[in-house]
Amino acid sequence: MIKAILIFNNHGKPRLSKFYEHYSEDTEQQIIRETFHLVSKRDENVCNFLEGGMLIGGSENKLIYRHYATLYFVFCVDSSESELGILDLIQVFVETLDKCFENVCELDLIFHVDKVHNILAEMVMGGMVLETNMNEIITQVDAQNKMEKSEVRL
Amino acid sequence: MALKIVKGSIDRMFDKNLQDLVRGIRNHKEDEAKYISTCIDEIKQELKQDNIAVKANAVCKLTYLQMLGYDVSWAAFNIVEVMSSSKFTYKRIGYLAASQCFHESTDVIMLTTNQIRKDLSSPNQYDTGVALTGLSCFVTPDLARDLANDIMTLMSHTKPYIRKKAVLIMYKVFLKYPESLRPAFPRLKEKLEDPDPGVQSAAVNVICELARRNPKNYLSLAPLFFKLMTSSTNNWVLIKIIKLFGALTPLEPRLGKKLIEPLTNLIHSTSAMSLLYECVNTVIAVLISLSSGMPNHSASIQLCVQKLRILIEDSDQNLKYLGLLAMSKILKTHPKSVQSHKDLILQCLDDKDESIRLRALDLLYGMVSKKNLMEIVKKLMLHVDKAEGTTYRDELLTKIIDICSQSNYQYITNFEWYISILVELTRLEGTRHGHLIASQMLDVAIRVKAIRAFAVAQMATLLDNAHLLTGNTQRNGICEVLYAAAWICGEFSEHLEEPMVTLEAMLRPKVATLPGHIQAVYVQNAAKLFATVLRGHEGVPADSMVAQETSQLLIDRLPLFVQSSNLEVQERASCILQLVKYIQKLQQKDVEVAEEVTALFAGELNPVAPKAQKKVPVPEGLDLDVWINEPPSGSESEDEGRKSKGKAVFAKEESRHTKPRYTEVDEKELAKRREVRKAEQANNPFYIKASPSSQKVYQDGVGVEHIPVVQIDLSVPLKVPGMPMSDQYVKLEEERRERNKADKKKKKDKKKREKGEKGRRRRGDSGPESEEDITPAHMVDIVTEEMPENALPSDDDDKDPNDPHKALNIDLDKPLADSEKKLPVRSHRPDEVLKSPMEDRQVVEVVPEPKKKTGKEKKEKKDRKKSKEKKKKHKQEEEEDLMGAGSEEPVQPEETKEVAAPPPASTPEASDLDFWLSNAPVPSNPQAAAAPASTPRTASGMAAVAPDSEPEEAKDTEPEETKSSTHKKKKQKKEKKKKKHHHNHSDGAGDESVQNGTVEEEEPLPPMSNYALLAENSYIKMMKQDADKVCDIQGNLQDGSQVVVSVIFENKCDSFIKSMEFNVLDSLNSKLQRPDGAGPHDGLIVPFQLPPGISNEARFIFSVQNIVMPQKLKGTLTFIVKTDDSSTHEKLDFKLHFTCTSYLITTPCYSDAYSKLLESGDLKGCSLKLEGVNQPFHHLLARICFHHHFSVVERIDSCASMYSRSIQGHHMCLLVKTADQTVSIDAKCDEPGLLGNVLDEIKLTFSQC
Repeated sequence: MIKAILIFNNHGKPRLSKFYEHYSEDTEQQIIRETFHLVSKRDENVCNFLEGGMLIGGSENKLIYRHYATLYFVFCVDSSESELGILDLIQVFVETLDKCFENVCELDLIFHVDKVHNILAEMVMGGMVLETNMNEIITQVDAQNKMEKSEVRL
Repeated sequence: MALKIVKGSIDRMFDKNLQDLVRGIRNHKEDEAKYISTCIDEIKQELKQDNIAVKANAVCKLTYLQMLGYDVSWAAFNIVEVMSSSKFTYKRIGYLAASQCFHESTDVIMLTTNQIRKDLSSPNQYDTGVALTGLSCFVTPDLARDLANDIMTLMSHTKPYIRKKAVLIMYKVFLKYPESLRPAFPRLKEKLEDPDPGVQSAAVNVICELARRNPKNYLSLAPLFFKLMTSSTNNWVLIKIIKLFGALTPLEPRLGKKLIEPLTNLIHSTSAMSLLYECVNTVIAVLISLSSGMPNHSASIQLCVQKLRILIEDSDQNLKYLGLLAMSKILKTHPKSVQSHKDLILQCLDDKDESIRLRALDLLYGMVSKKNLMEIVKKLMLHVDKAEGTTYRDELLTKIIDICSQSNYQYITNFEWYISILVELTRLEGTRHGHLIASQMLDVAIRVKAIRAFAVAQMATLLDNAHLLTGNTQRNGICEVLYAAAWICGEFSEHLEEPMVTLEAMLRPKVATLPGHIQAVYVQNAAKLFATVLRGHEGVPADSMVAQETSQLLIDRLPLFVQSSNLEVQERASCILQLVKYIQKLQQKDVEVAEEVTALFAGELNPVAPKAQKKVPVPEGLDLDVWINEPPSGSESEDEGRKSKGKAVFAKEESRHTKPRYTEVDEKELAKRREVRKAEQANNPFYIKASPSSQKVYQDGVGVEHIPVVQIDLSVPLKVPGMPMSDQYVKLEEERRERNKADKKKKKDKKKREKGEKGRRRRGDSGPESEEDITPAHMVDIVTEEMPENALPSDDDDKDPNDPHKALNIDLDKPLADSEKKLPVRSHRPDEVLKSPMEDRQVVEVVPEPKKKTGKEKKEKKDRKKSKEKKKKHKQEEEEDLMGAGSEEPVQPEETKEVAAPPPASTPEASDLDFWLSNAPVPSNPQAAAAPASTPRTASGMAAVAPDSEPEEAKDTEPEETKSSTHKKKKQKKEKKKKKHHHNHSDGAGDESVQNGTVEEEEPLPPMSNYALLAENSYIKMMKQDADKVCDIQGNLQDGSQVVVSVIFENKCDSFIKSMEFNVLDSLNSKLQRPDGAGPHDGLIVPFQLPPGISNEARFIFSVQNIVMPQKLKGTLTFIVKTDDSSTHEKLDFKLHFTCTSYLITTPCYSDAYSKLLESGDLKGCSLKLEGVNQPFHHLLARICFHHHFSVVERIDSCASMYSRSIQGHHMCLLVKTADQTVSIDAKCDEPGLLGNVLDEIKLTFSQC
């Protein structure tokens, strides 16, 4: 299970937060802060796993993250997820964003967090991986956007 | 109306959208909070408008603000409004907002049920999709219950997009509404073979999540997953399945054996590292689960370790990390394979990545041996010096201590070295682990008596240099070691060379800056030192001045502590101060006081095991929950309270009076008690007997001279303060080992003795080096920790009672009852009016349908039921070896329709699984494999025995080599009382049972015996009679099924045999029943003695858990052979073989009941053909009856039906037909495993004829 997906920038500003378990807003902010603190102090060339899962759930949780330019993508997962698999998933996520936003950058995420959520919803649902095939994800996202546009025209 | 819409859209043009909000926030970096609060005010205005577009826009902005940490739960109702918009655009916004901020206690959630149901059945797949996605985040037990059926329908939707979402969300539904699991499971299982890979992957995902928490319920899916694993090419699916197998193998070792090959193939073939890694992980899990039974998997281990080495050597830090992680799993069971990669792991300690260093540290823990401990710790100490961050350094520190202290200091050969390591660690700046070092110092000093002198000297140095530790406020943590140092110096002050110096150091004014609890120890131990000084100087006239000076020193310095703000320090200081003043007075009168002062601190402290208190058993007849006196009534309580308080005080005083009386018990009495206690300890399995000094523990303080204080022959002066010394020990140790090696040849005999000493400590046999070569530097004498007598075994249950997955422990193999096929749904819901949850519940309660209870009530009831059910199921599953619910008693469908399927039946899946597993290339059970090898001999022996065979004759006809491996034959036995005549009428029962069905006696029956030689030697012969079954026919599984074994002991020599003790090595499954209080390894005393040539019979009861497999138990009979002039101890080994038929009891069955049983369809069939049987049919039947405990139900010509029943209530039916020397047996049983084994045994019986 994926417990949470967080995206924040190099300064710890949240760009997307998706918790698959309920926490109060304050706790969520604290988790984001602490996760940022843990992740940001790590060198570039160290491994992408962190056993700092005490924030969410128990000690069996792991933080798996990737750092792209100004953004950190952090997945908090439990032991049923494959570490390398999640790393691949983050890659798929970022590539999908890149396709949907055409050269994605932090600003896209800042101004269109709802769209990022919609894309994510096609990949992960309720903490479980729904789809890993990028083309399939993009097809579904596009179809929904098309529907939205047709509604606006009405 | 139209005007309103126009107005709305104009308003909207002036509203901020999400982008404007974000831009605004970015432009107001200085007063962000203020800006946002004005935005929230605007949003509140927007939400008040009727226009859904405005509302949706507002909700969208709220979702963003929620991410920034603002509570938006106040807008929950508006979110519901937006969710129910007919436009997809708004709906999506609404569902997103809901998924971000709704949770179980959001009360408007219950308003959404109908809306969600509508969306789920929407013709637009994206409406459905959005609803499913949203629901997956905020599903509540009520929603789950109400929508479970709708979602189940969606699992068969035509669009894969919906199907996969519906499948995934079912997991959440199961969690919230466990009752839905059984009805939904068949469909979920179907989805494993869905044509769409996405749906398939989702189903695998869900089942993996379910199985991870309750693996045993999903074992029956193993063949299906196996098929998927070998056919799927989707790495995601493969990873999940392989992970799932990792969770299943511990439950079913046969599965593991089947997996090894395909997994190895995958390891060789895949290029995906993630898949490779998971394969390796699961192979490791398989190997762990097989570690006991399978010796031939070293190739697999090698493959894993080799692949992991490649990962660790990879430049990708992630692979390195995972490699180390997996390596640590192998370490637990195959330490040798990992130890050969020590170089690599030590190399990882130098890695720049902290996570990797920490992983490597974990591995080191399991890699140390006596030989390399010093070297590894030396390396770690270097890292401690180099470490920049305190976290990593603290981690190193704890690891060093963990490594050294593991398994009761198993690997430490030189404790002086260890003490100096601890002392070196105190020089760490700013560590948090001062108390850890301190407790190690205390532990070692107390438990290793030989080290005390050295430890005391080191501690004295520490105390003298205390300023180094306390000088810096940052070093606060480390001053804890002074606590240990002061205590050790005081307690073992007899070892101090210069107690005066240490005393002085302990009374320095600077001490007053230490934390209170440390000061208190200082003060107390200063007094102990004072006593030592007095004793050292008294009697010598010239020294009396020194003694008096010491008193003066205390009197001068102690007032400082009397002023302490810490109560403890103050109290101790003033008490001791007065004492010293009094002593000083006496000293001035030249009175000798040393004796009395020393007596204040006499007596030795023994370590007590941490759990000792918890394990003191409650004495029989003491009920701690019962009131000793009736509880006082409310009105008098105050009065009573005061009274009882007074009583308590009085009682306390009284006990104080009685105490000295107790100690006055005379020496003889004490000695006697000690003896008794020792004897008890010797028989007590929970008492740690590892230490040779355990008896010393119970001696008074006087016994100190027994402590072997070994001379330390150190040529190098080691007590140079402030210099690291452990390195010198490493060198010394090397030299010593060299010397030892050289000496070894010369002093072989001496060596042996030494080894013996060492053997008393638990020795790891896993080290790759020959550990025998390393003897401890000096005799190490670890005092074990005391445990109370009769301590109870640990029964810690670490399962989290709040785990939602507990509710999902549901048997899925039982077929669904009709009543279960549909989920219970509410027939209607109250109108969507805002109501408190309480009101809602009440409304539902009024609905006159009995089964629709309110959520809470229902859940409670269910939980109760489930816990019972679970218990039952658990037992059952253990005993039936996954074979389904064969023996479960039918339950009222009304009662259990939510959770349990009523009819007793074993499903095809279960038997498929067994079949699938039993086809495994490797023999599925070592016992089963061993059985055929040894059975023939029995059978042949049996056939030759005369009808009225006495044991002696039986023996004569046995083949020669009957050392230890013959087994019993079977014979049915209905009543115990028959037993008395057993060896006289051994064939009687056989006749009887045949007569059940056979009307005529065509030919006299061939002789059959039910005795088998168990073992014999020149002194004694053991004959084992058929295991007679005594069982609870009710199938009362809780009590365990019992098997009674009668053994005839015959004295074959001319001497008297006595003190026979019968003992069997219990297996997990079969246990010899021993009297209460006996340990699990104690033997049973045979209640008679044997004069020459006499035989007698004894019965032993075994409790058996699982009767599906035959069992073999090893045992020993010890006895004393007494001749006129001498007596010798003798031993005879034997093996008890419980075949599966020995678990059957002859039970008569009427033909109508029999046919009903067959019609029920609950029994699984199996058949057997025997060729070349040329004996009369009735002989054949008699044999089956006699040896396999069947009774004939009906016989028509050359065809007979037979019946038997296992001690656990399994029915077993045989249809035996014969034609032309060929006998065919069609058998049916509700327990296929048992049936298969019984048939095998029948076959063996006849193959011998």
